[in-house]
Amino acid sequence: MIDTLFYIAAAVALLAAVLTVTRHNAVHALLYLVITMLAISLIFFLLGAAFAAALQIIVYAGAIMVLFVFVTMMLHQGDLSIRQEAQLYRPSQSFGAILLSCILLLETLYLLAPVLFAQQAAANALNIIGAKQIGLQLFGPYLLLVEIAALLLLTALIGAFHIGRRHQESPT
Amino acid sequence: MHELVTPVIILLILLLSAATLTWVERRILGLWQDRYGPNRVGPFGLLQVVADMIKLFTKEDWIPPFADKVIFVIAPMIVMIMMLLGFAIIPFSPQLQIVDFDNGLLFFLAISSLSVYSVMLAGFSSNSKYALFGALRATAQMISYEVFMGLSVMGVVILSGSFSLREIVEAQSEQWFFIPQIVALGIFIIAGIAESHRAPFDLPEAEHEIVAGFHTEYSSMKFGMFFIGEYLGVILISAMIVTLFFGGWQGPFLPPILWFLLKTSVFVLFFILLRAATPRPRYDQLMSFGWKYMLPLALLNLLLTGAYRLWTQ
Repeated sequence: MIDTLFYIAAAVALLAAVLTVTRHNAVHALLYLVITMLAISLIFFLLGAAFAAALQIIVYAGAIMVLFVFVTMMLHQGDLSIRQEAQLYRPSQSFGAILLSCILLLETLYLLAPVLFAQQAAANALNIIGAKQIGLQLFGPYLLLVEIAALLLLTALIGAFHIGRRHQESPT
Repeated sequence: MHELVTPVIILLILLLSAATLTWVERRILGLWQDRYGPNRVGPFGLLQVVADMIKLFTKEDWIPPFADKVIFVIAPMIVMIMMLLGFAIIPFSPQLQIVDFDNGLLFFLAISSLSVYSVMLAGFSSNSKYALFGALRATAQMISYEVFMGLSVMGVVILSGSFSLREIVEAQSEQWFFIPQIVALGIFIIAGIAESHRAPFDLPEAEHEIVAGFHTEYSSMKFGMFFIGEYLGVILISAMIVTLFFGGWQGPFLPPILWFLLKTSVFVLFFILLRAATPRPRYDQLMSFGWKYMLPLALLNLLLTGAYRLWTQ
């Protein structure tokens, strides 16, 4: 049952990701990206990482993607933008990206091959990870990474504040 | 069989009470403003709900030719689905809860952040300037107040040590959390009003500036879904306030489910009273109030609660 659900979620994620790249309407493309995020969240949930699944929705689908759509919506100029995008993007241009992702796919398959062929016994034992374990890990061995991430966010915040500041009349 | 019937019954009761709430709100607003409100159809005007429904269902369901059709149709569904999903994790009584999810509180936050899409896509797909303005306002407002909402409930999580709503309710058997978390309660209520964009924070649909905001182009039952979605949001936020801060189903003498309904109705009435009693702020006032006062307060509350918890352990 869980296997079937996983494959459905993975198929939805892949399909939505392809549609994200190929849509000419930027808002439609972003909505497909939101669907990809939701599908990935479902996969996390199926793997027993319910906390990560919830954060995936709250942070990625609920906050970051909302901001993306927000900005795109403001800059969107109806049919004009769609025509421009259609001129800018042709399937032949994605050749390089497809080639590079194929290399990654081959590598992934090579790494996964032993796992795929050896009948997975360990995979069936679902290990459910709670919020407490994640907290202990984050503020234990990975404390330095959390601090660095916090510093990075603070820098971004100060940068955004500086850019968004009103220009004052400089005394001449 | 039992597992299937209960959710359907809860769903029907919710839809019915959200529809009735439209009448309750207009009658009570009338009472507080020294007028009658709708009192012609049926006893006390109770059948006004039915009349409104017939009107909404028989209106022409018009999609503007300039709209982005698929998104235009999907947008009102999102808010209904999200709000109804939110009730799945509410513990109505010790026996009555659809899913006891370990990360229930996070689920609620996820639901409320996804419901932003409804308003946003409605504004985008309408392809009209007033709708777009409304959607931009609503999105900026909801995404900001979501931050304070998330931060304010973390105090409750620290005190109860769990994200599960059932365990949060059970942790309040000695003392309801609104006493130690009075600041968080205030922030949560204000953020809740902003999230459900109700008066006084209904700037996204402020009719004196931008017609009807994001649902300007909507008519018939699609408008009805936004409308019912808003009332479902009010009930959901009230139920969450009760669960997180006022001990959920707990209380003496009366059966648990009755306590829960009583407390929730008090907060629903409080939301209506706010609409009757407060003027609208300006949009920039709303945003700067959030970031300049609510955010530092929420962080300070979190810090003090954490320190208290470490001190007493």
